[in-house]
Formats: sequence, C-alpha cells, structure tokens
Amino acid sequence: MNIAIDIASWVLLTLGGVNLLIGGIGVLRMPDFYTRMHAASLTDSMGAILVILGIMLQAGLSLATVKLGAILAFLLLTSPTAANALAVSALLAGMKPRTGDAVQRTNHEADA
Amino acid sequence: MSTITLLFSIFLLTLLMITTMAIVRTRNLFVAVMLMGIASLLIAASFFLLDAADVALTEAAVGAGISTVLFLGALALTSERERSPSSLPLLSLGIVAIVALIVIYATFDQPPLGSPSAPVQAHLTPWYIESTRELIDIPNVVTAVLASFRGYDTLGEVIVVFTAGVGVLFLLGTGASASAAGAPLSEDNAGLRHYLIPRILGRLLIPFILLLGFYVQFHGEYSPGGGFQAGAIVAASIILYSLLEGEQRALLVIPQGVLLAMMVGGVLLYGAVGVAGLVLGGNFLDYSVLDSDPVKGQQWGILLIEIGIGITVAGVLISIFHAFASRGAA
Amino acid sequence: MDILGLYHYWVFAVLLMTGFYAIVAKPNLIKKLIGLSLFQSAVFLCYITFGKLAGGTAPIVGKGAELFSSPLPQVLILTAIVVSISTTALGLALVLRIKEAYGSIEEDEIQEQDAP
Repeated sequence: MNIAIDIASWVLLTLGGVNLLIGGIGVLRMPDFYTRMHAASLTDSMGAILVILGIMLQAGLSLATVKLGAILAFLLLTSPTAANALAVSALLAGMKPRTGDAVQRTNHEADA
Repeated sequence: MSTITLLFSIFLLTLLMITTMAIVRTRNLFVAVMLMGIASLLIAASFFLLDAADVALTEAAVGAGISTVLFLGALALTSERERSPSSLPLLSLGIVAIVALIVIYATFDQPPLGSPSAPVQAHLTPWYIESTRELIDIPNVVTAVLASFRGYDTLGEVIVVFTAGVGVLFLLGTGASASAAGAPLSEDNAGLRHYLIPRILGRLLIPFILLLGFYVQFHGEYSPGGGFQAGAIVAASIILYSLLEGEQRALLVIPQGVLLAMMVGGVLLYGAVGVAGLVLGGNFLDYSVLDSDPVKGQQWGILLIEIGIGITVAGVLISIFHAFASRGAA
Repeated sequence: MDILGLYHYWVFAVLLMTGFYAIVAKPNLIKKLIGLSLFQSAVFLCYITFGKLAGGTAPIVGKGAELFSSPLPQVLILTAIVVSISTTALGLALVLRIKEAYGSIEEDEIQEQDAP
C-alpha cells in the first residue's frame, strides 16, 4: 500500500517536473510573445497541479494536505487570471500575434 | 539543515545573485522592478530555509508585493528607460570588486552556517528561549522578543515607519484634493474597472487576503505572524482593491482621514500601553503589571502593542500608496 | 575550507557590492534606490544567516523540538524590512519631486542645471 502511494506520487512529481522543464524550454524557444505565454501557462497549470498532487499523496490525510489543496485552488484561480491580464495588456499595447506567413518567413530565413 | 536543503538553499542563492546582476545591468527600469519582485521571492524562500518563517512572510508581502507596486507607481511618473552612460565606470567597478573580495576574505574567520559555536548561539539565544517559556509563556519566541524583551527597539521602529509615512505625505500631499468629498465617481481614474476577469477574481480573493491578515495578526503569538506582517498583508489587499476598482472607491472604503487616524492611533496605542505600565507602578513598556498575574499581563501587553503595530503599518503603507497614485492622477 | 558552510556569506558579499555598485555608478536616481534595496536585502540575508543553527527549527516552542535557531536576528530583520520599505517610499517621493522640479532623474543632468 505504501509502495503504491510512493510510486504514484513519484510518477506525479516526475510528470510535473517534465512539464515544468518543457514549459521553461518553450518560453526560451517560442518565436513571439503569445506563444511564449502559451508555454509559460504549461508550468502554471500542468506542472504546478501535478507537483502539488504528488506532494499531497506524500503528506497523506493531514492538515498539510488541506493547506496544499488551498494553495492549488489559489493557483488555479490566479494563474489563468494573470495570463489573461498579461495577454489583454499586451494586445492593448499594440503587440500583434504573428500569423502563419510570418512564421514561414522566419523558417525561410533560417534555411537561407 | 540536511544536505538536500542546504543544496537547495545554495541553488536559490545562486539564482538570486544572477537576478541581482541582471537588475543592475538592464537599462529598462520596468524590467529591473519586475526582477526585483523575483529577487524578493527568492530571498523570502531562502529566509524560510534558514528557519526565519516570520521574516519570510514579511519579505514576501512587503518585497514582492508592496515594493513592486510603489516602484511601478514612481516609474509611471518618471521614465522607464535609463540613459546609457558615456563610459563604463571602471573606477567604481574596481573598488566594488576589491571590497567584495575583502568581505569574502573576512568570511573565512566566520563560523560556518549553523555552527553551534557561533556567538549568537552562545548566550543570548538560550536565554531568550528559556525566559520566554518562563516569563511570557507564548510559543512564538520571535513575537515575544519583538514585543516584550525588545519593546523599546520596536517602538522606535514603529515611529520610524510613522515618520517616513508623514514624510511621504509632506512631499506628495495626501491626495485629498483628487477625491473631494461628494465628487462623482469618474471613469477615467477607475483602475482596471474595464477588465472583467481580474475584477471578479479580486472580489473573490480580497476577503480571503484580509482574513489571512487578521489571522496573522491575532495568531501571531502561536504561529509565524504579528503586527508588521499583518499590516503589510492588509495593506496589500487594500492596494489590490484600489488597483482593480480605482482610487476613489478605495478612498470611499477607507477615507484619508481614517488612514491618518490609523497612522497616529497605532503609535499612540503602543505608547499608551507603555505609559499604562508606568501608571500601574512598573517601568515604561513593562507589561507584567497590566494584570494581577505577571504572565497574563505580558500576554495582554503583547496583544495590544501588536495591534498598534499592525494599525500603524497598514495605515502608513496604504497612505503611501494613495499619495503615489493620486500624484499620477493629478 | 568549508565551501558549503560559507556560501551564504559569499552571496551576502556579492549582493552587497552589486547593490553598492548600482548606488555609486548609476546616474539614474531610481536605479540608485533599487541598488539601495539590494544592499538592504544583502544585510538582511547576512543577519538571518548568523541566526541559523544546524538541526534547529523556527523558534516556535512547544511542538516537541528542542533546538531552535536564534530569534534575535529575526526580530531585528523583521522590523528592518518594514522600515526599509517606508524609507524607500520616502526616497521615491523625493525622486518624484526632483523630477517635477528639474524634469530629469539623471544625476548629471540635475547637477548641470544646478551649476551657476
């Protein structure tokens, strides 16, 4: 039973860590602001949820789990809102999302 | 501190050093302020790993929250870009590097991190922990030392905070003219009222932030917390409210007069508790005489002065924010 | 030489001098204040590091723990953080008034205007 819980929590923690890593790489590699935000939201959503679920399994039925649940609830509320506010203000400040042909052009540039 | 924790702490501190280098290098002040928020969070996490839960709480609320807002308010009124200098200041770089090396050389005489033979651990720490158990009987030794053993010191700090608040109000005005009584709520100074999602989330979260503030205030004798942290958290929630709903509405919730009364009232409450000790036949700030049982008296005194600290800190921080914000609106 | 045990103090030294560099070498007044904040943070870190005791926990008695890190540096720094934000706000207020009076927050431009 204990081993099952340990394995489950390790799987969750590892998956969460992988998601965080992918999100981090994405922020560095993506071509423009909006796609970078998409990558950053991966760390907020999948990464944070999986890691916190993994820690909750380790903590078991205790006060710590309740606190972790509260943290998770706050994260789920605040991070999409922050992402929304960020995107709206970027749009208002005049940042245009890059459309398909722009991406193709950079690909050609990279090829040349 | 176990090896894993130590390595994690070193990792955080390395990130902190990189962040500070970036802060000093960047020419865009907006970026610098945002990086300051990250640096504050990193340093708060480091404080927590060094067993300073109270300090971490304060740094997270003040450094990452309020300080960022104040710097952004100042940037909105000045310029975001720093002019590039004519030449690299080689002299300053050289002096700074030499002094850094001297300080690092001096650390070789320091006892390493966590050493029980460090001077701090030798006499003072055991005395404070034993005396707290015996004389005050509350679990959080930090609160006991802050409010009772070093009560004079804390009174001085509260007065410094109060004076700085008064200074800001003298320099920038109270912003009372911008919110003349009875003026209709204008839409152009209405914060983020056009953005639905942040406002709705703010309405959801602000009550909980306020609740956390009061919990931190009144549970400060049992868990990390106290007046300084609670004041900062309450101020942060009111600042969030005025960012979302606009200056004028925030001033309707807590008018300028009330804020001034809070600034003065907290300091007065602190001083009054001290004088009450004098009147009842003890020394200034000696709480033991406040109740027939000296231990109960200490607990009453700590509770009262923590309330005083919280009121003053919240009043000062909110007033400072309003002073900056109304300067921008004018 | 105990690298792991002294690393916190080295970070303190680097942070202190980074902040100091911003104060002396940058002409922009807001950048100077940012440097001052970094300088203060470095001192906070130094104090909290002094108080750490190996194997200790946060100084809250009564949870069965017997070893505690020192509460005294924590008390000093706790108050210092709130004082630092108040004084930084005072500095920012002065910068705003300077901007209004001189139209600039760059030190050399201000001094040029002051020159007779």
